[in-house]
Amino acid sequence: MIWNKEMECADRETMRKVQLERLQEVVKYEYEHVPYYAAKMDKAGVRPEDIRTLEDIELLPFITKEDLAVNYPTGLFAAKMEDIVRIQSSSGTTGKPKIVGYTQRDMDDWAESVARGLTMCGIGKNDVAHISYGYGLFTGGLGAHAGAEAIGATVLPMSTGNTARQIMFLQDMKSDALCCTPSYALTIAEAVEKAGIKPEDLQLRAGLFGAEPWTQSMRNKIEKGLGIRAHDIYGLTEITGPGVSTSCIENNGMHVQEDLFYPEIVDPNTLKQLPMGETGELVFTTLRKQGMPMIRYRTRDICYLMEGKCACGRTTVRMSRVFGRTDDMLIVKGVNVFPSQVETVIAKFDELTLNYKILVDRKGNSDTIELMVEFADGLAIDDIEFVESMKKRVEHELRDSLQIGCKVRFLNAGTLPRSEGKAVRVEDRRKYE
Amino acid sequence: MAVKQVSIFLENETGRLADLTEILAENGIDLNAVTIAETGEYGILRCIVQNPEDAIKALAGKGFMASISDVLTVAIDNVPGAVNKVLQILADAGIGVKYIYSTIQSAKGEAAITMKTTDQERAENILTKAGIRLCEMEDLK
Ligand SMILES: [Zn+2]
Repeated sequence: MIWNKEMECADRETMRKVQLERLQEVVKYEYEHVPYYAAKMDKAGVRPEDIRTLEDIELLPFITKEDLAVNYPTGLFAAKMEDIVRIQSSSGTTGKPKIVGYTQRDMDDWAESVARGLTMCGIGKNDVAHISYGYGLFTGGLGAHAGAEAIGATVLPMSTGNTARQIMFLQDMKSDALCCTPSYALTIAEAVEKAGIKPEDLQLRAGLFGAEPWTQSMRNKIEKGLGIRAHDIYGLTEITGPGVSTSCIENNGMHVQEDLFYPEIVDPNTLKQLPMGETGELVFTTLRKQGMPMIRYRTRDICYLMEGKCACGRTTVRMSRVFGRTDDMLIVKGVNVFPSQVETVIAKFDELTLNYKILVDRKGNSDTIELMVEFADGLAIDDIEFVESMKKRVEHELRDSLQIGCKVRFLNAGTLPRSEGKAVRVEDRRKYE
Repeated sequence: MAVKQVSIFLENETGRLADLTEILAENGIDLNAVTIAETGEYGILRCIVQNPEDAIKALAGKGFMASISDVLTVAIDNVPGAVNKVLQILADAGIGVKYIYSTIQSAKGEAAITMKTTDQERAENILTKAGIRLCEMEDLK
């Protein structure tokens, strides 16, 4: 089933027409209501009426996380406070959080996006939707909740934590769909296995996982452990929250709700648009937002876009999974390192788990990088040689993947703190005077 | 009948060993024999306790991975060359010794050695045939 055939299956010409109309409208609206952005446009020498084609979007200045910090808390709100019906928030770059305001229409569009995503995953009104994202200022819980309500599903507002209770509800309420962060899904899958519950004892059939980057290997573990099909759901608070894009049953990239959120990929250094299919930084323009529109917002997420009709019937542009964030990207010994590369290596070893931490430090004038990773629970270790040879093999694979040496330290299973939300994977102890 | 040994993986960090022995003490688990193999970064503590399953249970969820395996504990006369005699028998049979540590038959106050060999079953047969006595768990209590 397709939730909104008109928008999700529109031909390119129709979609581009909708996008252009909405872009012109939102740029004019932003120019008239947000002095900070109007000043940016003036400085760039561009006026709303200069946007005549979709390509003209390149004339417009970007909005960055730093702009949000400067305008904390509500400097970028375009709507009057009396028309704002909801505030959500996520952590910011400078210690102050990012504050986002929604009008009622923004809330409806958000629910619409998630509704399209859930439908894409084969979830409908007859299903039980188990929402284990955190509820509150974080958009995960309430966003997934609103979408699940919109499609008329039976909603379980579990929020995160208390894994034993999560599993009880999964079993007793026969949940069909699980919505949470992939790291929490992995925590649940581990706990399910530990409790001696077989995947086939659960009714779960689909999972919508997002809010942090994850890998194919993590997906395999979650799918196997819970007996489900895992989908990616992507979003960020600044743009709306989860549901900006979702992967369908074809698992062929995430369909972007591009009548609402216009995607571009730019080179993170030159900030020039890159051709379709090339990898770079994802930039979004909210085409219909009223509360706090974002024009060319730099997400810091690294991915690429794909065009063409999907086998599921939808024609919307798809985005690849996020390979990493320009923020998370570590520069160690002058080399770019993404935590996802390390994760891919770990997943090659059945003896290891995806509970890991990367420590970066500096000794003298030289960077050091170290991986702390837990052994799989139940692994019998009676042999120093086994540990030593594992260390050699993992370090060798890491060197192949990262192009720099990375020391490996093994830990007993269950010694790193478990994640209930976004996992903290990197600790950078380097200090620069 | 083989003796059961518990092996525990240890990160070489200050206090790690004390954490481990504290858990064992709290659970009333008596160490009949203990040895540690280590590199600069890791250690493997091998021990013999009367109820290995209890030790595993006590350590599970406390951040220690423990596993049980069979080892051979053989009684040794308290005379020079006694250990050599045992090792010679194994060497002649082409059986390698992965590790070895000394053990006490507490009840009798006599010596013993505990070993892991490359072929436990054959080692057990050959040593028995040669008149060497294999210890049981109770001998080490
Ligand atoms: Zn599709």
